[in-house]
Amino acid sequence: MPALKVTNLAKTFPMKPRFFGPTPPGVRAVRPMSFEVAAGETLGVVGESGCGKSTLARMLVGLLEPSEGAIQIEGRALDNANPAEFGKLIQYVFQDPQSSLNPRKTIRQVMEAPLKRLHGMAQAERDRRISEIFASVNLREEFLDRYPHEFSGGQAQRIGIARALAANPRIIILDEPVSALDVSVQAQVLNLLAVLKSQFGLTYLFITHDLAVVEAVSDRIIVLYFGAVVEIGKAESIFANPRHPYTKLLADSAPVVGKPLKAPEQKGTELPDPLNPPPGCAFAGRCARASDQCRTIEPDLKPMGDDQFAACHHPLQD
Amino acid sequence: MSTFLKLLFRNRLAAMGAVVLGAILLLVLVTPILPLHDPDITATADRFKRPFTEGHLLGTDHLGRDLLSRLLHGTRLSLAIGVAAALIAATIGSAIGIVAGYFGGRTDNIIMRGVDMLMAFPYILLALAIVAALGPGLMNALIAVAAVNVPFFARNIRGITVGLAGHEFIDAARLAGMGHTRIILTELLPNVLPVIVIAMSTTVGWMILETAGLSFLGLGSQPPQADLGSMLGEARSAMISHPHTSIVPGVMIFLIVMSINLLGDGVRDALDPRLRSGALSRPRATTLVERQGDIPAATDDLLAIQELETQFHVGNRIYRAVGGVSLAVKSGECLGVIGESGSGKSVTALSVMGLVASPPGVITGGAVRFQGEDLIGAPYETLRRKRGDRVAYIFQDPLSTLHPLYRIGQQLAEAIQSHHKIGSAEARSRAIRLLKDVRIPNAEARVDNFPHEMSGGMRQRVGIAMALANEPDVIIADEPTTALDVTVQAQILSLLDDLRRDRGLAIIFITHDFGVVAQLCDRVAVMYAGRIVEEGPTKAVLDAPAHPYTKRLIACVPELGGGRRELAAIPGLPPVVDDLPPGCAFAPRCDKAQDNCRAAEVVLLGNEPRAVRCLYPEEAI
Repeated sequence: MPALKVTNLAKTFPMKPRFFGPTPPGVRAVRPMSFEVAAGETLGVVGESGCGKSTLARMLVGLLEPSEGAIQIEGRALDNANPAEFGKLIQYVFQDPQSSLNPRKTIRQVMEAPLKRLHGMAQAERDRRISEIFASVNLREEFLDRYPHEFSGGQAQRIGIARALAANPRIIILDEPVSALDVSVQAQVLNLLAVLKSQFGLTYLFITHDLAVVEAVSDRIIVLYFGAVVEIGKAESIFANPRHPYTKLLADSAPVVGKPLKAPEQKGTELPDPLNPPPGCAFAGRCARASDQCRTIEPDLKPMGDDQFAACHHPLQD
Repeated sequence: MSTFLKLLFRNRLAAMGAVVLGAILLLVLVTPILPLHDPDITATADRFKRPFTEGHLLGTDHLGRDLLSRLLHGTRLSLAIGVAAALIAATIGSAIGIVAGYFGGRTDNIIMRGVDMLMAFPYILLALAIVAALGPGLMNALIAVAAVNVPFFARNIRGITVGLAGHEFIDAARLAGMGHTRIILTELLPNVLPVIVIAMSTTVGWMILETAGLSFLGLGSQPPQADLGSMLGEARSAMISHPHTSIVPGVMIFLIVMSINLLGDGVRDALDPRLRSGALSRPRATTLVERQGDIPAATDDLLAIQELETQFHVGNRIYRAVGGVSLAVKSGECLGVIGESGSGKSVTALSVMGLVASPPGVITGGAVRFQGEDLIGAPYETLRRKRGDRVAYIFQDPLSTLHPLYRIGQQLAEAIQSHHKIGSAEARSRAIRLLKDVRIPNAEARVDNFPHEMSGGMRQRVGIAMALANEPDVIIADEPTTALDVTVQAQILSLLDDLRRDRGLAIIFITHDFGVVAQLCDRVAVMYAGRIVEEGPTKAVLDAPAHPYTKRLIACVPELGGGRRELAAIPGLPPVVDDLPPGCAFAPRCDKAQDNCRAAEVVLLGNEPRAVRCLYPEEAI
């Protein structure tokens, strides 16, 4: 049974009705998408700003109600957006560690909330559990009585991870968990996440814009473009052997030591206008391989090779 | 708390207000035990006694009642009513504001339109109408004053709550299983409480005045009960013949309102975090210079930063953000400066043109020479003429560096016209040409866009166009691509590379990304804790890093194509620059450190062009 199963999940943000004339169609932040995450797997989600990755994440934890589709966690359907219901099964680690901690609460108060509210633990049991979790994220217990502003970014992010663990979830959504951190600290946090995953038997959904990071931590990777999945594949092969031209563009754009500088595309770089989405493939306007078919018919995800799927009429061959 | 009091009493006027208000409060608190006349007993024989008469220190009023006694009892009542009104208004108003701000959407809309309706009436008319409906009396006056002030609190607190409700800690609280009531009470309220206190401290004086106003009109306290407003009202008919009867309550109202307002302003300034950090004190036009020691001699580089030391003086602490940095660039050269946050790379860049904010920034040593001329300590006019003209900057976030209310064409034209006397038509055509130079498609139409109408990548192109506007010799780019998507970053980097080759620009490129440095820069300098720890040609440094920090930092960075793996990490944190260790700053995190690393300062040594600040380098150079 997959740890997380998403079926036709979509989110459309309604537009304000106009004073005269018909109500304009909403902004489709996430187009209907389906995928599964196996238990113990790390699924990476990559895409550029505006591709819908944060909207997807917020729907998965129940902070945002989906417009359509269903979310199943270990076979259990979660159909009403209720974070308290979701919280026991799926938790969230935020991008900005400082902003995710209430500046006027001690770390102990932050840590106790999920234990008390979600699991109704008594005081003694809470203290024991907090000690356990703090030991596993390498934080000293004396930190518990301090306030968030006293911590560096890396420490604050470990507190954010500890809070997510306190809820004892099956799945953790990691939304750009290291992009606000310095590289030397980034590696500490990524390694810690790997240790915690095996220690607690967790499943991760790792959202980021950093291809090198996502490749280093994921089993499989989903590439999003303009609210839709354009490619799914194994982490070790998807960037080395991309099928969708957008995935190739991403891989070519990442700066790598020893690779000469060249701009991979000179055509438009902007995402299509979400208020006025193009018919057909959303990437066609930036794609050198686009044909008339691409500009009229939206491509579906099709299997391409070994455990790889891409939504493209003219996929790249190796 | 103690810092709050210290800040509060540093403000002389607030301290004075506190003293006056404290004295008044003390007086009214002990009033019941003072040997005073009964304030309500009339003695018409003794009417209109002058102040300082026997038995009546402040004289008597038109019914012969003792003014001192009436004044103290009246003040007691007025203060109590004013404070009670403020508390009621703050409680109801803040509750409305928090609920509206937290739930947002339709709830917010309905509540706030109701509040708007309340605000649409002139407040004194509204108060009069409320009292007229409820009937005169002190309690009803209190209700009226409180009701009139509810919208002020509701709007104020709603604004703050809307900002807070977008914070991630609210989402985190929901995921921790908290309900709406609990989130409002334990997550939001503690964060808006300072704002409520500030709003209350600045309005309580106003509410005392309003209550007095209603009493003056005969709608508040009823005879014979004294409050400050009714005392004034009763004294009105004798204002000319016996002025002391109006002066006495008038002065008291003045003292109370004045002292409360002074104290309230002080409380606001001391509690407001923006004011506390001194952000509102206007920075000087150039960074303060207090140079000690010798000034290094001129070199033939285009731009040379020599032994630069920049510090931040905050209170008693001295943060050595830049501790003796030397860098130089020639025409057409690109120098990368790499480091983590707090390594001093941005402060180094800003020091070049004296752009570090002062206070708290101070340049305490070294020189910055542009074509041999020392810019540190140069007069403002000299710097102003060079800023943007000879040395231009590109910053990280183009949204915050472009003015949101002007079209980009106007901003580009302004950048040109501040250095060259040209007409607006010519400036506009040059702006269009610049936009074409940075490959903005459809430049003729885009020139009239506002910054918010462009994507992040397009805005950064405008930022680059603005830096190029006066054909500078040097561009200092401070993390220009960090906020951008990778596909956009690749284009901006290749654009910068073309520009430097075509125009012979010198670029100082500040970043934390080795991949970017490797692709763009000829030479690289690695900074740690305000110092350069290693420098040399990019390829040499990246292929064979000599400083343990450089080597381990490179190992930390995952590279595309490496596959799934454990990443190397550097344990510990960079040092805080107000408390640097005596020896090598990296020694506490370095596994090769020996006792002599920690004993004394390590110098930057090597053969041109490579140098390293390490006693036990990884590679001999």
